[in-house]
Amino acid sequence: MSLLDYFKITKVSSASVAKERLQILVAHERSFKNQPSYLPQLQKELLQVIQKYVNVGQDSISVNFEQDDHQETLEVNIVLPDNHTKKS
Amino acid sequence: MTRIIVVTSGKGGVGKTTTSAAIAMGFAKKGHKTAVIDFDVGLRNLDLIMGCERRVVYDIVNVIYGEATLNQALIRDKHCEQLYILPASQTRDKDALSQEGVGQILEELAAKDFKYIVCDSPAGIEKGAHLAMYFADDAFVVTNPEVASVRDSDRMLGILSSKSRRAEQNLEPIKEYLLLTRYAPERVKIGEMLSVADVQDILSLHLLGVIPESKSVLTASNSGMPVILDEKSDAGQAYADIVARYLGEDKPHRFIEEKKGLFGKFFGSK
Repeated sequence: MSLLDYFKITKVSSASVAKERLQILVAHERSFKNQPSYLPQLQKELLQVIQKYVNVGQDSISVNFEQDDHQETLEVNIVLPDNHTKKS
Repeated sequence: MTRIIVVTSGKGGVGKTTTSAAIAMGFAKKGHKTAVIDFDVGLRNLDLIMGCERRVVYDIVNVIYGEATLNQALIRDKHCEQLYILPASQTRDKDALSQEGVGQILEELAAKDFKYIVCDSPAGIEKGAHLAMYFADDAFVVTNPEVASVRDSDRMLGILSSKSRRAEQNLEPIKEYLLLTRYAPERVKIGEMLSVADVQDILSLHLLGVIPESKSVLTASNSGMPVILDEKSDAGQAYADIVARYLGEDKPHRFIEEKKGLFGKFFGSK
């Protein structure tokens, strides 16, 4: 923070804060709008199955659903750690 | 052709019933045979806003269950003979409505030559709200310039475009209009309230009209007269403009700018 900032009298209005917060939130929520409702459950069950065989954490699996005019894509991304093989 | 209009918002307390009562009266006063239906089963209030609460005998649930005919349940408005009210049930629970039942009532109203059917949606996104919007041709999205209301309106837009009859049958989508209510231009001017442009930026909706924050809304509901009948009031005029605009008249938007005081008028200050 520079010395000049102390002399600035520009106070951000609460309305512009509201607008910015809404724009971010609405964009985020719209991206989930067309997702099938089974997605969270699918992600959970996939993780359970994978964890049976591989050492992966909760955060290393992501399930994405994308839609355009022609097709719907379900993308499952699993990041395997270095020591992933389970010893049986 | 009958046009079915849903008045919706997601959030409660933003002015859905006030708007439903006002626009239904507006259409009827323009000579169009209009019905206004309360979908808020268990918490009906449209009857009170329309001033016909003591004349309710049968309601929409009675009609659906065959306990009364539609003619018996419809209440003719005392101010305008082109306007009819179909009240919600106060005693049944909100699951008493069914999609087939509502569909049949709407078809019967269309057969009786009703030009406009205004569906007053309950708050929330449950069954009553779903059925109120399901058969709609047009949606009036009532929004306050406030974060929670704008967010809920956006959520409602998503539901309108995916869970309605028009969406399910791949018909032309529901036409969506923005009605910004409880607007206070003087607060917008000093950055305390989201502006019309801000809300439009976020929701990307066609603006049908702005209703200013007005004391006349409460006085109208106190006496059971739709506020549009108070022709001197700003809110009454704003609703009259909205009805005219919807019917295709060219009315410039009002109530977006701060009212000029006497001083402003004389000296032309902005």
